Amino acid sequence: MVKRSNWSIPYLVFMLVFVVLPLLLIVLYAFQDSAGHFTFSNITHFFSDSDSLSTFAVSIEVAIENTLICILLGYPAAWILANRKYNRSAVTVVLFLMPMWINALMRTLATAELFNMLGIALGKGTLLFGMVYDFLPFMIYPIYTTLMKMDKSYAEAAEDLGAAPWTVFWKITVPLSLPGVMSGVLMVFMPTVSTFAISEFLTNNKIKLFGTIIQENINSSMWNYGAALAFIMLVIIGITTLFQGSEHGEVEGGLI
Amino acid sequence: MKKLFAKCYIWLLLAMLYAPLLFIAVFSFTESRVLGSWTGFSTKLYQNLFTGNVSGGAALISAVENTLLIALIAAAFSTLLGTVAAIGIFNLKGRAKRTMQFLNNIPMINPDIITGVSLFLLFVFLKFSQGYVTVVLAHITFCTPYVVLSVMPKLSQMNPNIYEAALDLGATPGQALWKVLVPELRPGMISGFMMAFTMSLDDFAVTFFTRGTIGLDTLSTYIYADARKGGLTPELRPLMTLIFLLVLVLLIIINLRSSRTKNVIE
Repeated sequence: MVKRSNWSIPYLVFMLVFVVLPLLLIVLYAFQDSAGHFTFSNITHFFSDSDSLSTFAVSIEVAIENTLICILLGYPAAWILANRKYNRSAVTVVLFLMPMWINALMRTLATAELFNMLGIALGKGTLLFGMVYDFLPFMIYPIYTTLMKMDKSYAEAAEDLGAAPWTVFWKITVPLSLPGVMSGVLMVFMPTVSTFAISEFLTNNKIKLFGTIIQENINSSMWNYGAALAFIMLVIIGITTLFQGSEHGEVEGGLI
Repeated sequence: MKKLFAKCYIWLLLAMLYAPLLFIAVFSFTESRVLGSWTGFSTKLYQNLFTGNVSGGAALISAVENTLLIALIAAAFSTLLGTVAAIGIFNLKGRAKRTMQFLNNIPMINPDIITGVSLFLLFVFLKFSQGYVTVVLAHITFCTPYVVLSVMPKLSQMNPNIYEAALDLGATPGQALWKVLVPELRPGMISGFMMAFTMSLDDFAVTFFTRGTIGLDTLSTYIYADARKGGLTPELRPLMTLIFLLVLVLLIIINLRSSRTKNVIE
């Protein structure tokens, strides 16, 4: 297959136009005013606008809470699913992952309707519940795959050397599965901050998340401010990705 | 005892995850306009859906058609582009390879809203009027990385000598490609296609930003607008139920296929 390497050129060109250029445009628009002149005012506006700042703070808070609950609920689930003693069926795994492939909007509307029928008032609590419900599979999946790929002989060696099951879990299993937890955090945290529509439906428009204000600005033709907000989000994504170091983008072939 | 506890935990979580979906599915079999009040078993909503007898029926039907057509076109193009790209990337080395893999990861790491806004700005910048074409291009952008990732493992599993052998035995490069390489990659291409298809079906945010103002609706943008008007059109219940089932069946097929190919290799 000599020289087949140039087959990557069409995709390279495609990505330069549809991935790289658009991201550069976010930066460009973020630092321009509506007349196209260079300015910092979009960014400074964000840091001086109490509405934007409080929306941002609420989004980060909801995202942190959501991520923590997803780890607490998802880690044991992934551990049980990956453990041959408790689970041998691939169908259970598929059942856990299936919601990842169903439109979050539809699932959210279904959840909101369920709350309505049960007579639960929409607000912060329902928002968190709905978010956990939306994002839990994205936490379980990467943890599950790292646990499955993990070399079991370390745990066995620790057991043979006399470690108690609990010690084995804390000193061997947990540290070795951290890359999976990190990918899970990446797949839960930023998407939570950036959701729009979902928070509107789950709180009856009472709580806005960061994604919603980006969408509102873009839709009301405030492109430059919208781009500035998207730019701030890109910076945060960049930082969280760097935290992951070499592990970044550990999404391997065949999501399932 | 531990085992029982583990099983209970798993099934409780599943019950929580599926409660809303089941709720929609159950109430798709009753006529009541308000979700949650049961007025007796009926398949009338399903009949309405299939005869197009829905309030705003034409708009809903065309939204479904758009969704399927966009998903098909986007999945087909992504599969072609992604397979060619995977072959190219597989044959690259060192820094060039890492750069391509990094670029390929970007659309997967980016939240939907970033992909949507950035492509929106691209089309504004290029003064490209937004509609069907821009939605399809946007879908190809976020679907192709998944095709690349599902074709790559097939390339590394394949024995490179059989391609060379075909050439030595007198096959033209075109024949060797079509008769040797493509059949080897086919399972990966099919999984990639199905993944791209489901990703495209599911998308809301990217479509929302790239569909322009010509009134193009896919199912998710239709549902969004419908729900904002207050209360879902009842016929959306059977539609959503059918989509849940379709996705479940597709996933089980993808999963069985990949576990079968794994068994063959082992």
